[in-house]
Amino acid sequence: MSESDVTRNGVEGARHGREAVTGAHAGRRRRRRRGQRGERPVVPEAHFSSYYGRPVLKAPPWKALDIAGYLFLGGLAGASSLLAAGGQVTGRPGLARVAKLGAAGAITVSLGALVHDLGRPARFVNMLRVVKPTSPMNLGSWLLAGYAPLTVAAAAADVTGRLRGPGAGATAASAVLGPAVATYTAVLLSDTAVPSWHEGYRELPFVFAGSGAAAAAGLALVCAPPAQTGPARRMAVLGAVAELGAFRLMKRRMGLVAEPFEQGRPHRLLRGAELLTTAGAALAACAEAVGRAGVGRHLGRRVPAAVAGAALLTGSAALRFGVFHAGVASAQDPAYTVVPQRERLRARSG
Amino acid sequence: MNDGERTAADPAGGAPPDTHRSLPHGPRADVAREAGHRGPPPRMGFFTDTSVCIGCKACEVACKEWNGVPGHGLELTGMSYDNTQGLGANSWRHVAFVEQRTPPGGREPGPVPAGPDVFEAARALGTSPGTGTSAPRSAPAGAPAGEDPPAATGGRTELRWLMSSDVCKHCTQAACLDVCPTGALFRTEFGTVVLQEDVCNGCGYCVPACPYGVVGRREGDGRAFKCTLCYDRLGAGLEPACAKACPTDSIQFGPLEELRERAAARVAQLHAAGVANARLYGESPEDGVGGDGAFFLLLDEPEVYGLPPDPVVTTRDLPAMWKQAALAAVSLAALGVASFVRRPR
Repeated sequence: MSESDVTRNGVEGARHGREAVTGAHAGRRRRRRRGQRGERPVVPEAHFSSYYGRPVLKAPPWKALDIAGYLFLGGLAGASSLLAAGGQVTGRPGLARVAKLGAAGAITVSLGALVHDLGRPARFVNMLRVVKPTSPMNLGSWLLAGYAPLTVAAAAADVTGRLRGPGAGATAASAVLGPAVATYTAVLLSDTAVPSWHEGYRELPFVFAGSGAAAAAGLALVCAPPAQTGPARRMAVLGAVAELGAFRLMKRRMGLVAEPFEQGRPHRLLRGAELLTTAGAALAACAEAVGRAGVGRHLGRRVPAAVAGAALLTGSAALRFGVFHAGVASAQDPAYTVVPQRERLRARSG
Repeated sequence: MNDGERTAADPAGGAPPDTHRSLPHGPRADVAREAGHRGPPPRMGFFTDTSVCIGCKACEVACKEWNGVPGHGLELTGMSYDNTQGLGANSWRHVAFVEQRTPPGGREPGPVPAGPDVFEAARALGTSPGTGTSAPRSAPAGAPAGEDPPAATGGRTELRWLMSSDVCKHCTQAACLDVCPTGALFRTEFGTVVLQEDVCNGCGYCVPACPYGVVGRREGDGRAFKCTLCYDRLGAGLEPACAKACPTDSIQFGPLEELRERAAARVAQLHAAGVANARLYGESPEDGVGGDGAFFLLLDEPEVYGLPPDPVVTTRDLPAMWKQAALAAVSLAALGVASFVRRPR
């Protein structure tokens, strides 16, 4: 407040940019939607007040690598357990082994990431001190406490060739828990006040399910013998369709709070995820057609499959990081908290 | 139970068995009893009357002193006289300082029509602005007047200061308590929400769950911290440090029911004095968090003070979330099966 523009005739001059002004509608102007393109905004700019532009909410204190990485690895592990059980039942031992090792490895690394992200890692066991259905993190801990040992047991039995009976049981049980591991993480994000996570709670589990399926298919395409990857290719296509479709539906339903998905770093990550997942799924589908036609053996099939798999894995990871960063951005801008709540109040009052 | 240490000392079960359990949504008659306390005292809370806040920050200092809350460094914001900036792990009370230069109510800058004479209004209340030592509860509207600031000749007094001491709301439906995976957060016999430092493992889930952005994770410590409504002082029959230190009784402590009556009377008094913008925030048990244990009298829209206009406890939608996740899990399993089904030849 250095300049003085209060005169005998009233206030003169423009409002100061950092000034707090009164009322519900007198606040700063929102920056334009998709401003980087220089398009004229179609949606009228939202006016709102805030406390000097400071966020109302606190962004999650989590490290992106730990938590977005965990979202990715959890999805990869959960869907891999499905491929493992399917491969075992349908006589595709190569596919089953890759999927079992993938699930066990991914979930082990993600447990490490989760403990690493705690403020007091030595107290991680406190997660299992109570059973609380209102806490997705608590239920998730119990889920992982059941799921992780099963995947490790299934992988160990497969690799050592011993205890085949219990190994098959562990494979089946992990296939039952796997889908829950892949989708509960969406509840973990949605059950917060973070606008862009909470408002997407209807579709986000389906986005994560599709993304997990695409990632698991990608891993199988990279590592499993090409002759056994038919199911993985189909899973890649189905997963990609589910992920991209659910994500579009989610953004359309969310209104204003979909904006963080379309700006800055989250936008770049999610655009990359879309391209990689689409390309990976298309390539996987083509590879299947090529394989069925019997054209090109061995190396000729292996290389496109590996490229498709790598694209799917990278796309799935990019999606998780994009969703993570978009949520953080939505918590840091008071507009995404205040404007939807104001609209809600206005709608309620008539 | 009148001993704050007891719950803290025994993580395995010192607290009554279900105090970490969340409550069904909607207004609650007796939060402490529903949380499992037998024969609890009346629910205690804060009523922060910002119309008499002078921005002295004695509450911030008293809170830090009593609770041993570390400093958060000195950062000059340049935005107002507020360098605390907000609530967090190291600020359990935060005095917001709003400097408004335009006419209130969203009108464009320009000469302000003559508003009510505050001196007249103060006389009508039976006190005079000069007698600042009178009973604080009946203090006049004072400097941060309401709808129309006193328009002295020449329109030179459009500027007004709003001060408000923010604090944890101790919600009836507390999202932090609901989502805490360790049970570190629990409902006390006073109906307040307290975080047990020796149980918290620093997962940070309560931080983004709070619809008010109150809870923070302390740098270098790793655990989350927030206002305890001086649980230790309450157990000993004392009022919280901030309320004790408040020189104008802007921060009032007491049984919530009594505070609600007092607040309603104060709003009526201010409205009668022409302060049309005075309104209560967080006092209604019908709101999205079932009512706040710490509520406010504000002189402008809540967002002007950095408060959400219509907060909702995130776990209200949790049953729907679990349902969607279960549907998605079943869909994923079906997708897995479909991937293995041979196409008919």
